[in-house]
Amino acid sequence: MANTLNQIVAVTALNLRSIPSRLGTSMVIVIGIAGVVGVLVALLSMGAGFEATLGGTGTPARTIVLRGGSTDELGSVITREQAQVVADAPGVARDAEGKAYTLPELYLLTDVAKPGSTSPNNVVVRGTYADVSGVRPEFRIIGGRMFQPGVREVVVGAGAAAQFETLKLGGTVDVRDGPWTIVGLFETNGDVHESELWVDVEALQTASRRQAYNSITVQLENADAFQGFKDALTTDPRLVVSVQREPDYYASRSEQLHLLIRILGYTVAVIMGIGAVFGALNVMYAAVATRTVEIATLRALGFGSLPVVVSVMIEALALSFAGGCVGALGAYLFFNGHTVNTLNFQTFSQVAFDFRVTPELIKQGLSWALGMGLLGGLFPAVRAARLPIIDALRAQ
Amino acid sequence: MKYLPLVWAALWRRRPRTIFTMLSITVAFLLYALLSGVNAAFNAGVEIAGADRLVATGRYSLTQVLPFGHLQQVRSLAGVHSVAGQSWFGGYYQKESNFFPQFPTEIEPYLAMYPEIVLPADQKEAILNTRTGAIIAKTLADRFGFKVGDRIPIIAGIWPLADGSNNWEFDLVGIFDTKNPKERSLYEMMLFRHDYFDEARQFGKGTIGWMVVKVDDPAQNEVIVDQIDALFANSPNETRTQTEKAFNQSFIKQMGDIGLIMSSIIGAVFFTLLFLTGNTMMQSVRERVPELAVLKTLGYSDRAVLALVLAESLALCLLAALAGIGLAALLLPGIAAKLPGFSGLSLSPATVLGAMGLAVLLALIVGLPPALRAMRLQIVDALAAH
Repeated sequence: MANTLNQIVAVTALNLRSIPSRLGTSMVIVIGIAGVVGVLVALLSMGAGFEATLGGTGTPARTIVLRGGSTDELGSVITREQAQVVADAPGVARDAEGKAYTLPELYLLTDVAKPGSTSPNNVVVRGTYADVSGVRPEFRIIGGRMFQPGVREVVVGAGAAAQFETLKLGGTVDVRDGPWTIVGLFETNGDVHESELWVDVEALQTASRRQAYNSITVQLENADAFQGFKDALTTDPRLVVSVQREPDYYASRSEQLHLLIRILGYTVAVIMGIGAVFGALNVMYAAVATRTVEIATLRALGFGSLPVVVSVMIEALALSFAGGCVGALGAYLFFNGHTVNTLNFQTFSQVAFDFRVTPELIKQGLSWALGMGLLGGLFPAVRAARLPIIDALRAQ
Repeated sequence: MKYLPLVWAALWRRRPRTIFTMLSITVAFLLYALLSGVNAAFNAGVEIAGADRLVATGRYSLTQVLPFGHLQQVRSLAGVHSVAGQSWFGGYYQKESNFFPQFPTEIEPYLAMYPEIVLPADQKEAILNTRTGAIIAKTLADRFGFKVGDRIPIIAGIWPLADGSNNWEFDLVGIFDTKNPKERSLYEMMLFRHDYFDEARQFGKGTIGWMVVKVDDPAQNEVIVDQIDALFANSPNETRTQTEKAFNQSFIKQMGDIGLIMSSIIGAVFFTLLFLTGNTMMQSVRERVPELAVLKTLGYSDRAVLALVLAESLALCLLAALAGIGLAALLLPGIAAKLPGFSGLSLSPATVLGAMGLAVLLALIVGLPPALRAMRLQIVDALAAH
């Protein structure tokens, strides 16, 4: 056993040390696999970033109440009377004076164009309250000031401001019934609200001539109060509502796009991977062919076939692992933290999000690299082990 | 032509290597064809938009509603041929992931404006005579197994019935298709009657989502766009009118730069392919140095040797590219049937031409260095080395 191990080490070292003399060919494996891993990690990091932005919205102790049957805030209607019933429900957190921590909000879309373009983008306008941080403590103004109640003023989320340069402090944006003044910029810890414009709910109700709300976000006494709160509302004959924990609701709004990105990512990677495996096979067969005499000599000297197989496999794996590292590193350097925006078709609105090259994705990319190396090395390794010694030596 | 057997023999000199290289190239071109198809499907709405159709939405957002009365005002403008009001229903069949668009529509003017939508005459008659009737795209009917005569339950995402219930039901009276199968993705939808929708819904009565306008003369598009918007300027319900092409284009742009993502992937694929194929061609020529020298000894000119190696590279790339495109042509119909929203997925002549162009380019880039090396071979040196 120890002998076999020694043989493996010796033959592998011999192989690896001869890589520099075959650098050009060996690079085919490295580059081919770097391409596959790079594309896979880059695409999946887009999906991961999108999911993280939506899934990172809200806390388990908050719920969002929508009209029953509505799948998102845009398609939901909650009347003032219903909002009052929700505020009176058990489990709702209240301040010292007994006022419920609820946010009955208006949720509309407005067209915002990028500079130099007239093409509209569906940006969310959320009609909310100047004291919104009572329910959403993650909210903070990072430039300018908060809007004033009843006034046609807008605070812009950091993500929306970064994607739409027209949304500048001191500028205006058409919300409803003419332009509104942008008075502040806000952050909410990188969640989906940063892609939104926030305005005073009453000002927006007047300008859009609506009385009802779209959704109610409720701060519960604690996360465990959820079931009691939900049961109270869903059994109330005055209401037809759906009650969801905030993180569950927002995470569900990322499902379809995330799925689409994963389908695209894996399909492309599998097809590219097949191509890369053929490339690796080519290189490893050539590597074995140029070393026919060496391998036959080793076998003649009494080396077993296992060390030969293992050494060829290790060479293939080492090259593909190097390729995987190059690909993952490239994806990280070029894409990590890069911010883009897209239309989330589940909410019909623009969401800004960062590419996220997470450690899991890198691990996944490297596993793919090793898998491709394994496939590309196996057959040439077996061929090397099966070389008829006499013929191979005589060939010279 | 007489050199073809020579090129052919050289190509298959080392069979496994040529096969593996070809398979790599084949796979790259398969990916190219698939991604081009997806990209084209996204852009189909822009290419096939009706030149004589305009879309008028609320000024601030497509999601604003407009008063039904707007339709009559637009209809009476000179140069307007017809107008059809439509709304977004936003419901779903059984579960949310089964999503497909449903539009309450003024059916008669709408179908007249869209000659590309093909509905049998008796089924058209049926939808005009059935208040609760609906028509649906063939691709959707196939996916969900709907037949004419079925009652289709749709759960409202936005519009409850007057009694607060979300459970709408429609009588399927027609199944339509598009004249050109490539346009299927664009009209993958269910249409039902606006008058029934307006009467049955709980709130929002007397409104529509947007208007589709057909003009008499597309040359007058800009004038009519301005006239429509001027008609409602400074009213509580201002409009924003665009050509259908611009409307569809802005929709695609909202998704982000899909074209850029697709071309980046294709770029990465072909960059890696360059190394792989280049390596194969280099190896192949390196091994054949003595044979090439023999050819030259027999009187082949330097140029002829150059041409032979280039021809070999071209044969390798073109054969593999054709195989990749052929594979894509086989796979695409199956993918189109499975992938919701991509039922128009197909191989366009532009994609095939593009693939051939790419194959020639690839062949030249990877073939030229070894071909030049072969051309510059000195007979004596080449023969002496072995």
